Amino acid sequence: MAEALAHIARVTGLGMVSIRADLQRAGDAIAEAAGLAVPGMTRIVTDGSRRALGWMSPDELLLVLPAAERAEALATLTDALAGEHALVVDVSDARAVFDVTGRHADDVIRKLMPVDLDELPPDGLRRSRAAQTAAALWRIPGGFRLIGFRSTADYLRMILENAAFPRSQLAAR
Amino acid sequence: MSHTPPFRLARGGRLINRAFQLAFRFDGRHLRGVQGDTLASALLASGQMLMGRSFKYHRPRGPLASGAEEPNALFGLGQGGRFEPNQRASTTALVAGMVLRSQNCWPSLDADVGAINNWLSPLFPAGFYYKTFIHPRPFWKHVFEPIIRRSAGLGRAPVDPDPDRYEQAYAFAEVVVVGGGIAGLTAARDAADKGGRVIVLEQNPVWGGRTPIDHDGGQAAIDALLADLRGRDNVTLRRNTMATGLYDHGYLLAREALADHDPNQGIPRQRLWRIRAGHVISATGALERPLSFACNDVPGVMLASAVRDFIVDYGVAPGQRIVVVTNNDDAYRTALTAQAAGLEVVAVIDARSQVKGDLPQAVRAAGIPVMTGKAIAKVKGGTHVEGVAICDQAGNGRVTATLDCDVVAMSGGWSPVVHLYSHCGGRLTWDEPEAMFRPDPTRPPLGTDGKSMVTVLGAANGDLRCAGDLERSEGATMPVWVMPQNAAYRLRAKMWLDFQNDVKVSDVELAAREGYASVEHAKRYTTLGMATDQGKVSNINGLAVLSNALNQPLEATGTTTFRPPYTPLTLGTIAAEAKGDTFQPLRKTPIHVWHVRNGASFEPVGHWRRPYSYPRAGEDRHSAVTREILAVRKSVGTLDASTLGKIIVKGPDSGRFLDMMYTNMMSTLPVGKCRYGLMCNENGFLMDDGVVARLSADTWLCHTTTGGADRIHGHMEDWLQCEWWDWQVYTANLTEQYAQIAVAGPKARELLQRLPGTIDLGQEALPFMTWAEGELAGIPARVYRISFSGELSYEIAVPAGRGLALWEQLHDLGRDLDITPYGTEAMHVMRAEKGFIMIGDETDGTVIPQDLGLHWAISKKKPDYIGKRAQARSFMKDGSRWQLVGLESLDGRVLPDGAYAVEPGVNANGQRKTQGRVTSSYHSPTLNRPIAMGLVRHGPARMGQELEFPMPSGEVMKARIVDPVFYDKEGTRLNG
Repeated sequence: MAEALAHIARVTGLGMVSIRADLQRAGDAIAEAAGLAVPGMTRIVTDGSRRALGWMSPDELLLVLPAAERAEALATLTDALAGEHALVVDVSDARAVFDVTGRHADDVIRKLMPVDLDELPPDGLRRSRAAQTAAALWRIPGGFRLIGFRSTADYLRMILENAAFPRSQLAAR
Repeated sequence: MSHTPPFRLARGGRLINRAFQLAFRFDGRHLRGVQGDTLASALLASGQMLMGRSFKYHRPRGPLASGAEEPNALFGLGQGGRFEPNQRASTTALVAGMVLRSQNCWPSLDADVGAINNWLSPLFPAGFYYKTFIHPRPFWKHVFEPIIRRSAGLGRAPVDPDPDRYEQAYAFAEVVVVGGGIAGLTAARDAADKGGRVIVLEQNPVWGGRTPIDHDGGQAAIDALLADLRGRDNVTLRRNTMATGLYDHGYLLAREALADHDPNQGIPRQRLWRIRAGHVISATGALERPLSFACNDVPGVMLASAVRDFIVDYGVAPGQRIVVVTNNDDAYRTALTAQAAGLEVVAVIDARSQVKGDLPQAVRAAGIPVMTGKAIAKVKGGTHVEGVAICDQAGNGRVTATLDCDVVAMSGGWSPVVHLYSHCGGRLTWDEPEAMFRPDPTRPPLGTDGKSMVTVLGAANGDLRCAGDLERSEGATMPVWVMPQNAAYRLRAKMWLDFQNDVKVSDVELAAREGYASVEHAKRYTTLGMATDQGKVSNINGLAVLSNALNQPLEATGTTTFRPPYTPLTLGTIAAEAKGDTFQPLRKTPIHVWHVRNGASFEPVGHWRRPYSYPRAGEDRHSAVTREILAVRKSVGTLDASTLGKIIVKGPDSGRFLDMMYTNMMSTLPVGKCRYGLMCNENGFLMDDGVVARLSADTWLCHTTTGGADRIHGHMEDWLQCEWWDWQVYTANLTEQYAQIAVAGPKARELLQRLPGTIDLGQEALPFMTWAEGELAGIPARVYRISFSGELSYEIAVPAGRGLALWEQLHDLGRDLDITPYGTEAMHVMRAEKGFIMIGDETDGTVIPQDLGLHWAISKKKPDYIGKRAQARSFMKDGSRWQLVGLESLDGRVLPDGAYAVEPGVNANGQRKTQGRVTSSYHSPTLNRPIAMGLVRHGPARMGQELEFPMPSGEVMKARIVDPVFYDKEGTRLNG
């Protein structure tokens, strides 16, 4: 059996916190509490390894961090936004996360998501879909991190592995 | 030469490699072709001109064309799951070991019984079926339709699952060029110069289109362009990729054939590209038109371009003695090509009286007779061409000479391929001098910027001489729609327009006489252009004949609509990964694996799979339901309620917001309490329900139905974003964040109290319709004291990742209590025993809460809520609306769900008048008798009355109107 186009790996142990607030007004407080700058529209800011803060909508951010740190992050963010109209909730358990890495990781994504990867900057985040289910993605070293809903984890794995079918790269023949 | 035509020439064939022989089977015969052959060229090289039978008359047919427009040479290809009907011989590459089956013939292609239809053809005029089978009316359904259906359709549908892989992929480009001929490649180079991504799509395996065949130096010109393009980073060249359709906003679909006829390579067979194109350049070329002369469908009558393609591309001679018949200069190339290949060109018959162009002069110089002002009166021969009768084009068909020949190469001019341009609204204009429809530059398809989204270039734009310096000058084309001009009826009745569907000149003329003036009606009446080739060669000729018959210019007739796909698409490509296990996303709860391990019988609820019941050995689903209900009523059971929608609503305006969302008052709900709420749409109809919990001063948690989770969240956001954008409210759909377990039954508290934890679950601390938060078994949990079963009940929400652990622990600890998992059906029956409504059973989009006796849940104090105004309309307040009641079957049998209660009299349609219907109906294991709910006119005021429910069998079931609460009316159990 020839080699798959990319390595598909389920990622566990991640915490995720959804933050809704007026980003203009509360941006500084969020940045300080999250330990990361507030990302620009459709971008994600990372500290290189542990944490990332992604732009989800004009009034919504997603903090991704090690699961062990989420309780503290929830408390810190909630405190930081105490005077604001804001919503800080734990969504760690609602997600399924996959890393798609390898030489043809691009091809796997291009088969499933209507995302123009050529135009996706290194710090870009896209909310889109993978085949028939909602998914978002951003770049990680060697490929992409894809997040979807927990209930569709099996579906996501199947379509990702299917798209990575050996010798099915997209390059023109 | 000693060959019987057709045959393989000793030399030539730019696309074949004679060193590699490929064996294949055709209707059981063993034949050979060579690498690079199409099925058509391989069959011709094997001496096989007869390749099919037409649909209606079963006329013998050979190949007409050499490309995607081929109407005749269609085969059933492959075996088992890989069988595919209607595969075009002209575009299908030959692969060693291929198995071809001829279509639409029985018992064999050579001796076909259905050909009797040909002799009966005067009995089958246009509209035959419409005229013949209309009376008597009952015969249509029971006699005519089954017979016609059995004989309808060309080719056999495959019956086995397709074993091949298919996939789709998305692409984005600033410019997409469709067509890899000289016009397309030149345009691609120019577009690439401007920067931006350029994708070039070519439907064939080779680049260049007609240029390498038709022009000296053509191949070199193409090779130079390709070399240039291959050296550019911003250009992608894709062969074997057919642009199937163009849609709004530059959305282009294209099918790439990866392993089409070599499925054992182990790679996907086809790939559907879904391309967002900034701009599309359509350089799709043109298709040659047949000429309409008598018996123009006899095998051996071919398009002039196809004759030279077979010679140049495959080294195949379709015949030995060739007559060319034309109305333009281009066809003279065929005469020159054939002669250069060593074949005899008997004559060129030209409908034009004056012929002086370069090409005709070259033909004359080569010693080939050119007969001007002439036409073919009739082709001689049955299963192959034996000769042609010649007449004057200006006359009625009086024969002036006959010529022996075995191939007729015809050219009626060229039609630009305007399909892509037309798919999303591009309009055409009739070009009188060139006798063709071409894109109207003033009415192109428009993009979002209001400008043309498609540029049409080259032959597709009507520029038939687009090879630049390579071109030789050509004389004007003369429109010839019928040959000869004043042909008698007996000749017109043998002139084929649509070869696949057997539509002749006389059929279109008959349609016109019978009043089919609209081209779209005439098409459907005659079936012109409705076969699998979608009229690629027949369309324009048919329109011209219709225009003449209607005595109007062609532009007034117009064309039929060009619709995708350009050539048929395999369904597998459209479905791609959406089959088998990945047909749809199948949503699973965090406890799903336990359900599987414990033998759950699942049912789909939206994309979820929920346990319907858990049958044990010797049980069916329904006896399991009975056991589960009795266990819950007696002791304790658990339900996986994780799929319920859970939406957080937070912010200073949340109370006000929820008062608008729900019919009842949510702003006054105290922290720590729960309240059942109803949601209506703007029309007042009940659309969702669920329990709302107040979590803190500014935070509520709204439970929705399983199916309503995403929809209600969207509904809330819609109102917040579009109407009340200045209200300070944030929502979050946390449905998947939590696993939720209902623990119900008289022993529920006893069981839960066995878990270590920090939550006081006692009646005093946690009464009915309250909630508490803390830890249970070391898991952070929120416990709601709510009940849908009518029993003492707790719903416990924990982080989804801990749900399975809690469920398993409950089942470990509850073994001595006979703890029983119960499914959705037990839940449904138990709520019906309690008279609780179910969205989707008691509601159907036309029911308001007042119909269901839910007035108590509709606030009278609030100034407004969504649906309030609609509920004030006269029809909604009408006392005669059907209202919720219980129904008690009089004979102990369960009423059928959905059955109607009748009343005396009939309505305007002669149907029995009705006064109510059954909305839920079950056998109640708890009460050991049938229970039902229904909506009945004036129902609540008619307690004790009997209703009649006629059954389809004619029998009448009877039921008595009763209170809808069948079990524990006082609610002592759920309050316990």
